Amino acid sequence: MGDEKPKFLIKGGKRLDGRKPEDVRPIQIKMGVVPNADGSAEVIFGKTRVIATVYGPRELHPRHQVINERARVRVRYDMMTFSVEDRKRPGPGRRETEISKVLAEALTRVVITEKYPTRAIDVFVTVVQADASTRVAGLNAASLALADAGIPMRDLVVSLSFGKSYDEKGQGHMVVDLEKEEDNWGMGDIAYAVAPALGEVLLLQMDGDVTLEEFKKGKTMADKAALEIYEMQKRALKARYEEGSK
Amino acid sequence: MSENVENRQLVVPGKILAKGMEFLPGDGAYRDQDEIRASVLGLVNFKGRAIKVIPLNGKYLPKRDDPVIGIITEVGYNSWNLDINATYTARMLVGDASDRYIDTNRHKLASVFGVGDAVICQIKKVDENMAVFVTARGPGLRKVHDGKLVYVNAAKIPRIIGKGASMVKMIKEYTETRMFVGQNGIVWIQGGNEELAEKAVLKIEAEAHLVGLTDKMEQFLSKESGKTINRDEPKPEPEAVAEGTEEKKEEGE
Amino acid sequence: MISEIISNLELSEIRDAVEANKRLDGRKNDEFRDIKIETGVIAKAEGSAVVTMGKSKVIAGVKISVGTPFNDRPNEGVLMVNAELSPMAHNTFEAGRPGEVAVELARVVDRSIREAGVMDTKKLCIEAGEAVWIVNIDFYPLNADGNLFDAGTLAAMAALKTAKMPTYDKETKILNRENMKNAVPMDCTVVASTFAKIGDKMVVDPTMHEEYASVARLTVGIRDGNIVALQKGGNGGLTSEQIDDALTRAIKHSKNLLKHIK
Repeated sequence: MGDEKPKFLIKGGKRLDGRKPEDVRPIQIKMGVVPNADGSAEVIFGKTRVIATVYGPRELHPRHQVINERARVRVRYDMMTFSVEDRKRPGPGRRETEISKVLAEALTRVVITEKYPTRAIDVFVTVVQADASTRVAGLNAASLALADAGIPMRDLVVSLSFGKSYDEKGQGHMVVDLEKEEDNWGMGDIAYAVAPALGEVLLLQMDGDVTLEEFKKGKTMADKAALEIYEMQKRALKARYEEGSK
Repeated sequence: MSENVENRQLVVPGKILAKGMEFLPGDGAYRDQDEIRASVLGLVNFKGRAIKVIPLNGKYLPKRDDPVIGIITEVGYNSWNLDINATYTARMLVGDASDRYIDTNRHKLASVFGVGDAVICQIKKVDENMAVFVTARGPGLRKVHDGKLVYVNAAKIPRIIGKGASMVKMIKEYTETRMFVGQNGIVWIQGGNEELAEKAVLKIEAEAHLVGLTDKMEQFLSKESGKTINRDEPKPEPEAVAEGTEEKKEEGE
Repeated sequence: MISEIISNLELSEIRDAVEANKRLDGRKNDEFRDIKIETGVIAKAEGSAVVTMGKSKVIAGVKISVGTPFNDRPNEGVLMVNAELSPMAHNTFEAGRPGEVAVELARVVDRSIREAGVMDTKKLCIEAGEAVWIVNIDFYPLNADGNLFDAGTLAAMAALKTAKMPTYDKETKILNRENMKNAVPMDCTVVASTFAKIGDKMVVDPTMHEEYASVARLTVGIRDGNIVALQKGGNGGLTSEQIDDALTRAIKHSKNLLKHIK
């Protein structure tokens, strides 16, 4: 699987798994999956499964990382060894370290860190099964886990990937929420996150080759899909307590 | 009420609670230019011009004068460190341990409070760097020697106490226990039917967001204890006030 | 709870409960928590399982690849078990290099499985000196509440039992994970029972707080009613009677544990 380049990733307006360009895969959200944690959530995008757990605000070690005025949001993104085709070495490597950094920065923008001087808010993003778009699935899970932990936030973070896939003639088309084949062979792969209420982009990473028009078109598609995911996040959070409210 | 949300509505972070300068953001809310937004997952609560959101989860953030229960984690030369089940740990200075004078040259501090001891105490001071100091000097403040500690989500403590301490009184009546409810989510129970009291506390924690909890708990306690308590006076919980506002004291922000 | 320090009140409560043979969660001293096993949970893994033991939850996955054999064992494949105490699963687990707790856990489960002869590694040989199967079992606690030894062993065994072999073309050296059909060659099944010494009693399947309240621990690996692995942990000592008691009970418990991974 995935060793040979497919002749096309999109044909007649349909992608390899039957989705239209603007469709996200089936998404599931499970709250409170790790009872030990102060907050936790599992987010499933098709075959991609990611769990985020939050511990904190708590004491920060090592001491030299302490920030006197606010809390430090730390993220540790890691993949389980068996989450991918070929066993991954245990523990985060360079790729995981970079992803951890950009996820932490995205989350720091929304967390009201001033409320907890000197503390750590630790977010562990663990990929259980990888089928592309793991960091964005993980960022949704992290946003939900932080809200679940009762940590004050300016907004939720909604995240997804978009990119460019070729058809049988080699023509590029923008699509959202890449799966593995599209990620491996596509012409562009963009990790994207927004804070919908703040109207800000919090994560943007890309490799590939797209024109400005294509990027804008993809972003518009992603923004639309993000609103759907935003609604799902809100529903999942409320479902934990809905019964008792008016 | 604002045009955006109703009292007791369940909201998520980022939700607009009110527009314009008419309202002020309380705990669990923040101002973003001319809008007030929720910052936590919780229930909206209007109090005059203030809008706050009562969180449904979260760790205890130490506040001056709050009664808490701490567990000694370290004995120092002239102070103790305590785990107060919170976002910050606490320190107790030797002068705050007891009304009587403790001479650090002659007494080992561990003989006053040792590692693992549970102490009912009070937050004495939270300084600008969030260093938290507690005291064990004051009525009812002391080390506990028996009974059991029950850990609950600190966000649920106001419900366990109930309006005017009605809920905790009711549990004590039915179970004939002594109880102390720390704002930090640790409840001490001693004597009588400790097991039933623990069950009751955990049941309130699980169902804290539901309406009509007081009646439900009365039925539960009555059934489990096989006791009936006549209530000649009207129920201590005035029905006119919305539920979810049962904080021990109003927070001054 | 912030630290590993639990209150003296809870410690004495745990000890009293064990003394009265009615533990805080209602169990007798010789009772396991409810066990649930789900297999085939990870599509990317050759075999996988989630084991729930009370509030402890462990996920295990098997990955099978092709590698070169060790020089001194040219016709034997490799079986390796590894535990990752990811900080996601408990407040006291730290990120970074595996600590001694994680290393002990991994090695004890690894030893139980290998010493029991669960897999004859000679059967993992593809071409002597050239190519052999490397079978990796990794397990992670998803929620830690004590006794990760037994839960980890169960998860590893359940994942291995349901694992399927990829195919390998010696000529083209291509490993193929599509349409995997053949089971992994297994010769037997091993299960573990862990006991915590609290007061002078040995309690099986301790919770995390019971582990804190204990002075010593004994893990017993059993295959076909025989003892195949032992590990004593903790600063306290065990009497000869306590050891015999634990071994007898471990053999008894092994029958029930085996039922879960049939």
